[in-house]
Amino acid sequence: MPADAHITPKERIAKDLAAVPRKPGAAKPDSIIVADNVTRRFGGMTAVDVHHLEIQRGAITALIGPNGAGKTTLFNLLTGFDKPNSGEWSFDGKEVSRMSAAKVARAGMVRTFQLTKALSRMTVLENMRLGATDQSGEGLLRSLVPPLWRTREAEITAQATELLERFKLDTKAADFAGSLSGGQRKLLEMARALMTKPTMVMLDEPMAGVNPALTQSLLGHIQDLRDEGMTVLFVEHDMHMVRHISDWVVVMAEGRVVAEGPPATIMQDEAVVDAYLGAHHETDLGDDSLLDDEVLVELEAEAEAEEHRTQEDA
Amino acid sequence: MDWTRILTNVVGEIFAPATAAYALAAIGLNVHFGMTGLINMGQAGFMLMGAYGYAIATMNGWPVWMAVIAALTAAAVFAVILGIPTLSLRGDYLAIVTIAAAEIARLTVRSSSLTAVTGGNSGISGNDFKGSFQNACPLPDGSWSLGPFQYSNCLSNSWWLRIVAWSLVVIAIVLVWRWMRSPWGRVLKGIREDEDAVRSLGKNVYGYKMQALVLGGLFGALGGMIYVLPSAVQADALGRTLTFNVWTILLLGGAATVFGPLLGSILMWTVLMFIKSTLRDLPFDIVSSTQAEAFSWVLVGVTLMLLVIFRPQGILGDRKEVAIDAR
Amino acid sequence: MQLTAPSSPTNPRPPTERRRRPGSSGPRRVWHASLATTLLALIGLLLASPAASAATNDPCTPDPQTACLIGTMRTAAGDPAVGVQLEVTGPDVSTTVTTGDDGRWTLAVTQAGDYTVTLDVATLPAGETLRDPSTTSRVVSVELGRQGGALFPLGTPQTGGTATATPSPGESTGGDTGADPTTSAPTGGGSNRVAQQFANGLVFGLLLALASVGLSLVYGTTGLSSFSHGEQVTLGAIMAYVFTQLVGLPLWLSAAIAIAIGGASGWLQDAGIWSPLRKRRVGTTQQMIVTIGLSMALQYLFQFLFGGGRLRIVTTSSSPVYIGPVVLSVQTLLSALIAIFVLGAVAYFLLFTRTGRATRAVSDNPALAAASGIGVERVIRTVWVGATALAALGGVLTGLYFQATTWNMGGTILLLMFAAVTLGGLGTAFGALAGSLVIGIVSEMASLVMPSDMRYAGALLILILVLLVRPQGILGRADRVG
Repeated sequence: MPADAHITPKERIAKDLAAVPRKPGAAKPDSIIVADNVTRRFGGMTAVDVHHLEIQRGAITALIGPNGAGKTTLFNLLTGFDKPNSGEWSFDGKEVSRMSAAKVARAGMVRTFQLTKALSRMTVLENMRLGATDQSGEGLLRSLVPPLWRTREAEITAQATELLERFKLDTKAADFAGSLSGGQRKLLEMARALMTKPTMVMLDEPMAGVNPALTQSLLGHIQDLRDEGMTVLFVEHDMHMVRHISDWVVVMAEGRVVAEGPPATIMQDEAVVDAYLGAHHETDLGDDSLLDDEVLVELEAEAEAEEHRTQEDA
Repeated sequence: MDWTRILTNVVGEIFAPATAAYALAAIGLNVHFGMTGLINMGQAGFMLMGAYGYAIATMNGWPVWMAVIAALTAAAVFAVILGIPTLSLRGDYLAIVTIAAAEIARLTVRSSSLTAVTGGNSGISGNDFKGSFQNACPLPDGSWSLGPFQYSNCLSNSWWLRIVAWSLVVIAIVLVWRWMRSPWGRVLKGIREDEDAVRSLGKNVYGYKMQALVLGGLFGALGGMIYVLPSAVQADALGRTLTFNVWTILLLGGAATVFGPLLGSILMWTVLMFIKSTLRDLPFDIVSSTQAEAFSWVLVGVTLMLLVIFRPQGILGDRKEVAIDAR
Repeated sequence: MQLTAPSSPTNPRPPTERRRRPGSSGPRRVWHASLATTLLALIGLLLASPAASAATNDPCTPDPQTACLIGTMRTAAGDPAVGVQLEVTGPDVSTTVTTGDDGRWTLAVTQAGDYTVTLDVATLPAGETLRDPSTTSRVVSVELGRQGGALFPLGTPQTGGTATATPSPGESTGGDTGADPTTSAPTGGGSNRVAQQFANGLVFGLLLALASVGLSLVYGTTGLSSFSHGEQVTLGAIMAYVFTQLVGLPLWLSAAIAIAIGGASGWLQDAGIWSPLRKRRVGTTQQMIVTIGLSMALQYLFQFLFGGGRLRIVTTSSSPVYIGPVVLSVQTLLSALIAIFVLGAVAYFLLFTRTGRATRAVSDNPALAAASGIGVERVIRTVWVGATALAALGGVLTGLYFQATTWNMGGTILLLMFAAVTLGGLGTAFGALAGSLVIGIVSEMASLVMPSDMRYAGALLILILVLLVRPQGILGRADRVG
């Protein structure tokens, strides 16, 4: 369509999403993820309770919410790193709920971690090669016969070198990943995820701990992913960044999706204000459960668990 | 003090079958720990499977090659049974479960209720299972001397056993060298560093860990067979101390290196032989031979402690690349 | 667990010592004193239990020229069977031995080989019969430097029961296990075997709990799985042996000294090894391998110093007590009472004292505990002292329960302790107590359905099965993952 030829992907997606109602669980014109009734409980505390959620294909969707809102848990569930108590979801038309993390990744949904998991005692290039798919040399017996996998290894190395150049890490290829700075590790992790040639990239706080000098290039890379046709879902706290690059924003609080909408208007949503200015600010005080100490304790516990977990992940 | 005899003893240890057996077991542990980061505290259990599997199969009239396959199968089955509940658990659970499983295996084969099969507490005497291996010996009967080292050509602690044992060590080293430099080894290394990262890239981490556990266990079983062929099969000789010795050897030589297990084994056994021989030769019987033995194990324990604290990468390892890391 | 990487915050416990809190030391001191008095009183009772005079046959120690044939005859009720004659024939010997006041017989032989031990049924105490009347002789093969045992269990004849020959490698060379300290655990002859084994299991579980609660506290506060905890148990038992048998002190005093030495060893260890390692941020898996080295060094140090034989803390036997269908010796009963009392005291300490609550806080979340002003390092030091003292007490009582200790007794029950701790959920002291009882009962009752020399294997199998279905243990909570 010649009329559309000059418009950017961002504008096209904005057009696609324009008609989507601004309410939690809104249906999207072309959903890559459709989730229903997903719950995850830890002890007595419900960390995630999402009735319906759809993610638009090809768009950058931001997942925001206050600490302990269940964003990372939802991320873990979608990517197979945690098992739900109930619920189903599909990815790209395939049922992927309760699939192992590795299978989800092979289906084309690849994630990164809030605290980067660069494989410190491997070189940057080896990190990249590890991301590649279809390397038959990764089989126990075939690995003993190099002629069977050398050709593919050369292709992988070429792909890795190209990505490293794009992410400006090519000079570091021979260094141990542990010697990189925090921001460079984020870049490496993203580049490594791209080695799997995914259809959807899930980024858990891609900006956390990144040197401001690198922020701009990271933002650029994320937008490039969309422009190449990939779907991006990311968790982020930095509202500036959310407004700047996302096409759609999903807001979570207390495990639920409380609001959805385009980034320009989402922060005016009352539910979002509530979520950020204190979970129970101005809600119905007649609801006794909200005043219950137990609820508060549980919420604190979750926040703490998250904190604790992130320490352990390091 | 008879220095010539001491020196002869020490040099003899360098190519003794037991040194090769320990090297094989340590190569197996290197696949577990050095390459994959699995804390296997039950390597003696795999050796036990090899030793008993081979001896029992032979006693039932199986030829050597079938007995070896039986032994390897026993070790592989042991690895799978062990791996199913533990490979998805935290590293210290794996350590406890592997040591417990090895102990269960030892308590089982030494049980008097199994005397008919395993010989119970007294084990299986050498003459009951060595025959077919000795008959496979291509060397002429008699014995042969190399300098001060005189061994039978084919019987028990023989040249034939040495040839087989060290050939196996060479093959194992070549294989591990190949694996460490292959994409397969790369995935294992990734798992050692951070298995969640590897999982997020679509690799079946559980499957790879299982492969590593079985493979290292097979080397352990080979080591177990070589370990018992010069003497006899006895369950209590295949217990925890054996596992800890293998660990000391691996950490001494250097985990995640190709030659570390070999160097560690040779070094540990020559040094221990030197200490034991010297202590035995001390005038006035200050220490009995049993005490000399106990003393040498005290030294092994202390060495293990010091190594882990001050030089976890061992002699050959690269500090930057080696970590004692639980998966 | 990320270990060597210096940046790794797996062990995020700041080693800073906070100011000491003004303690409520007044009432606590009184309470401590009363604890100590009660404990000593109980131990005194233990010693005062009616006892026959000590008399072992010529003791036999295996050495490279000598092998020992040994055995203990016990009546169905568990008392020593005195004056039973056995005929031993073999390569260089044909003689008759008689059991002593403690029911034991030994014979030193100078040649390896097969020996036939034949029981003279006519010399059995009145009313006693062999559990397996068809087996009155056993063939024992021994090697020089080792000992071989021939046991003839007495009791109600039953099908399937056989006398057991248990050659055990007394002075094994390069081997693993020395004399199995558990062969002569009091297999009581109560009228109901199920009830009897249950009672034995309960007692054993209580003794095991003394050691495993400490192991669990150490794990809870530091994250360390200490493989040398078994040697702490052995240390207690061997020190009790040294002070009763070599120095000649009364049992209660020896036990008290053994416990003090145990606690001191804990203090020294933490000050000399573990605290510096924590300061250097050495990871817990690395520390675990250090404990393995320490375990090996200590175990063989005990063997070096005390030999590979059985060391009897007391050479007297204790009279039986009948409780319904169950028979226990007075000594065992008192041991169990002491264990219950001490475990109760530990529970009180954890729940109601300031230091105890601090300990639990550190187990829960060390960073938070440190932030709220708890001296984490001081708590850990206390835990080490307490854990090793408890282990020493456990060692003394276990040594009494098994009627002897050996250089590797602790190593033998270490895995049972781990099983108990894991069952209860790693790091929860009360879980370790529950786990110990389960493991004790399972391992004793297992001998009802499987050969008794495999009963520990049964307990360890349960450990693996529990991990399979409930990795967080019986009482532990599920962690949030991912």
